[in-house]
Amino acid sequence: MSLVNYATREITCKIVYYGPGRSGKTTNLHYIYSQVPDDRKGKMVSLATQTDRTLFFDFLPLDLGQISGFTTKFQLYTVPGQVYYQTTRKLVLQGADGVVFVADSQARQLQENIESMQDLHANLGEQGIDARQIPLAIQYNKQDLPSDMILSVPELEDALNFWGAPNFAADALHGHGVFETLRGISESVLKKLSAGAGAR
Amino acid sequence: MQPDARFRFENFVVGSANRLAVAAARAVAEAPGSAYNPLFIYSASGLGKTHLASAIGNYARGLQPTLQTEYVTLDDFVEQLHAAISIGQTLSFTQRYSHVDMLLIDDVQFLTGRRETQTEMLRLFNALQGSGRQIVMTSDRPPNEIADVDERLVSRLAGGLIVDIGPPDYETRAAILRNKCDERGVALRPNVLDELAKTEFSNVRELQGALNRVIAQQQLGGPIRTDQVRIVLGEPAPSWRAPTPAKAMGGEYLSFLSDVASVVAQNVEGWRMRISEAIAFWNGEGYRTAVLERALHLKQQPDIEGLLGMYTAAIERLRSLETEVNTLDPALGASEAFRDPERVNEAEDIIRRAQSGEIPPPGPSAAFTRAGYEVSPSNQMAVKAADAVAADPGGKYNPLFIHGPSGTGKTHLANAIGNEIVEASGGAIAVSYVSAGEFIDELIAALQEGTLERWRARYRAAGALIIDDVQFAAGKERTQEELFHVFNVLHGEGKQIVLTSDRGPKELEGLEERLRSRFEGGLVVGIEPPDRTLREKLYARYLSMVEPPPEDGLLAYLSDRPAASVREIIGTVNRLVAAADVAGVALSVALARAELEGVGSAPAPAPANARAMDAFFLDDEKVVWDWPDVAGRAIEEWR
Repeated sequence: MSLVNYATREITCKIVYYGPGRSGKTTNLHYIYSQVPDDRKGKMVSLATQTDRTLFFDFLPLDLGQISGFTTKFQLYTVPGQVYYQTTRKLVLQGADGVVFVADSQARQLQENIESMQDLHANLGEQGIDARQIPLAIQYNKQDLPSDMILSVPELEDALNFWGAPNFAADALHGHGVFETLRGISESVLKKLSAGAGAR
Repeated sequence: MQPDARFRFENFVVGSANRLAVAAARAVAEAPGSAYNPLFIYSASGLGKTHLASAIGNYARGLQPTLQTEYVTLDDFVEQLHAAISIGQTLSFTQRYSHVDMLLIDDVQFLTGRRETQTEMLRLFNALQGSGRQIVMTSDRPPNEIADVDERLVSRLAGGLIVDIGPPDYETRAAILRNKCDERGVALRPNVLDELAKTEFSNVRELQGALNRVIAQQQLGGPIRTDQVRIVLGEPAPSWRAPTPAKAMGGEYLSFLSDVASVVAQNVEGWRMRISEAIAFWNGEGYRTAVLERALHLKQQPDIEGLLGMYTAAIERLRSLETEVNTLDPALGASEAFRDPERVNEAEDIIRRAQSGEIPPPGPSAAFTRAGYEVSPSNQMAVKAADAVAADPGGKYNPLFIHGPSGTGKTHLANAIGNEIVEASGGAIAVSYVSAGEFIDELIAALQEGTLERWRARYRAAGALIIDDVQFAAGKERTQEELFHVFNVLHGEGKQIVLTSDRGPKELEGLEERLRSRFEGGLVVGIEPPDRTLREKLYARYLSMVEPPPEDGLLAYLSDRPAASVREIIGTVNRLVAAADVAGVALSVALARAELEGVGSAPAPAPANARAMDAFFLDDEKVVWDWPDVAGRAIEEWR
C-alpha cells in the first residue's frame, strides 16, 4: 500500500503500535479515539480476549478529511504484545508506513521491552525493511508511576533507542504524551511524501 | 473595494500561533482557486485576520496584476445587497461579485440570522467555486459555531481549509513591537521592549495600545526605564486569553489535524500535484494519460513544463486531427487513436489512409458465424459453395451469387463467408460487407459532397466485397454503373465478390445485361425455404431455450408444418411461447395446434411455392444447370 496516491488524491498512512504485552498500546488508541470528534469517528475494532488482552489487533481508522486536496486517512493498528502471537504481529506489520514502539517504563519490564524491540527488528527484517529506514517513534509509557518503580527516560533511552528515534514520555491512561507521539510519528511518515519513496 | 495596501505579508509577523494560517494564506495567494478554497481564517479579535486576508489580496495581485480581487466586510456586503434589493437589481449585484477572481470577505460571523444574505451568499459561492475562483473569509469563530446559519452554507464555509490564529507568543509580541517601533521611527531601550513583550496581551491591538502609551510617556518625560513600564501601563486589566485549543475537548485531535495539514502541505510535491491535476483534467476530457501516469511514478522531478507542454501539444494535434477525420468519415473518428497522445502517428496514418481512400468499408458482422448456420438439403448447396469460397477466396467461384426468399438466411451465410475469410487469412484480407441499400446511400452522399473519387477508392481497396440484397440496385442506372466498375476492378484483381438477392440474376428486372452476365459468371446458388430437416433443427434449437421444456411431440408436429423462412420459424416459436404464457401452461402439441390451426388465429404460413417463381428454379439440381462454365465443375464435385 502506498502512502500517497497522486492520481486518486489519497494519502493513506498506516501506523503500527508495537511493544511488549500490557505496555499500553491499546490504551493509546483508546485515548486517541476518545478525542476524535464524533463526526470523524470511524469504528474502532478491537479483537480482545476475555481477559481483555489484545488477541489479534486493534484497528482505529481516522478519516482526516481533505488535506491539501488529498483525502487523508490514518490507520492505527496495535499488535498483540504477548510473545506467542508472532504470526499476527507479522501480518499487522505488513505495509506499515511507520511504527510507534510503546515501551513499558516499569523497571521490571525492561527485559520484555528489549525482547520486543528485537522482535520488531526481526519481523521488519523478514519483510525486507531496515528498521533504521522506517519511521519510528518510541513512547516511554507509564511515566506517571512512582519513580522507584520505573526507569527514567535517559535510562530507557540507553537501553532501547540505539539510533536516536524521536522519543516521548507518556501516561497513556490519562492521555499525556499520546498525541505528541502520534504527531511525532505522523511527521516522520509524512515527510516521506516528498522523498518520492511514498509515491509508488 | 481593494484590500488595504498597507497590509502585506512582509509586515505580518509570523509566530507559532499563526504559522499555519500564514502558510495557507501564502499558498492561496500564490495559486488562487486551487490550493484551499475557501480559506477560512478565524481568531479572536485583533490577531491579524484582516491583515492576513488583505495580504492575500495584495500579494496575489502583485503576482498576477490582471487578477480581480475584491475585499468586502460582511456589513458592507449586506448593505450593498439591501441597496440592490431596494432598486430591484439583485441580479446585477450577484453578477458583479461572481466575476471577481478572488473574493475576500471579512467578519462573516455577522451572517448570523441574515437569511437573505445567506441565500445570496450561497448562490455566490456556488458560482465562484464552480468557476474555480478563490474565496477567503475571516471570522471570530469557526464556521460551525456561527449561530443560525444555513447548513448548506456552513458546509461550504468549512469545505476548504479552516485555520485559526492564536494569541501571539512572547517572541511574536517582541517582533511585532520592534516592527511598530521601526515603522514609527521610535527607539526604546531593549529592556523596555522586552518588558512590554513579556506582558501577556490577548491581541495585537492591546499590545499596540500599550506601546502607544509607552511612546507617549517617553516623548513627554524622556527615555523610560524598565521598571517604569508596569507603572506606565498601570495594572493592565487581566487580559482575557482564549482557552488554547489543545485543552478543549477534541482539541488535541484538532491540533494534531492542523499539524498533519501543515506537514502535508510542506511535503506534498508540487510537480506531482500538477501532473495529477493534469491527469484528472485530461481524463475528464476523455484522453488517455498513460504518459503522465508514468511520469507520476518517477523518483525524480522530470522537466514538468516540457512534459505538460508536449502532452498538451499532442492533444492539440489530436484535436485538429479529429476535426479533420470527422469531415472525412465520422466513423473513423471513433478510433481510440484520436484520444491517445501516444498514438498521434497512428491517428495521422488513419487520416492519410482515409484521404487516399485506402480504408475499405466495414467488415461483416461477427454475430453471424458459420458454426451457427444450420445445414439441410434446402440450403446445402449454398453452404457448400460458401465453404468453397471461404477456403479459396477469389479462386473458385467468383462471384458467388446467393439467392433465396427473404428470411432464409442469405445475410447470415454471406456474413459467415466474410468472417471465415477474415479468420482464415488471419485478418490479412479486409472483407467489406455492405447492403446494396447502404451502397446506394453512400453513392448519393458521395455525389452530393463531391467525394466520389474517395468513395470509389474505398470500395476498390476492399480485399473482398459482400453486397447484400443486390436486387435493390435494379433499375438504378448510376448505381449499376458504379457497381459495374467496382466489380470489374475487384474481379480483375482476383478479389472475392459475394452477392445476395431475393431472386436469381435472371429474374432481376431492371438489371443491366452487362451486370447480369457478370453476376452469372461465377456461381449462382439458391437457398430454398426450410425443408423438414432444417425446420426440425431450427425448431429444436429454439425450443431448447424454452422453459419449461415443451411436450415431446411438439418438435415433430412443428417440423411437419411448412415454413417459408427461418424468421417464420422464430416467429412461430415466439408466438407459441407467448400463448403458453397467457394460458399459464407448458408448451404442448394441443396448444400449438389450437394456436396455429385454430379458427380465428393467424392463417397457416404460406407454403413455399407461394412465391411467383417457376418450380423449375426451386429444384437444386436444375438451378445448378443454369450456371454456365464453372457450375458444371461444381456439380461434378458435389455428386
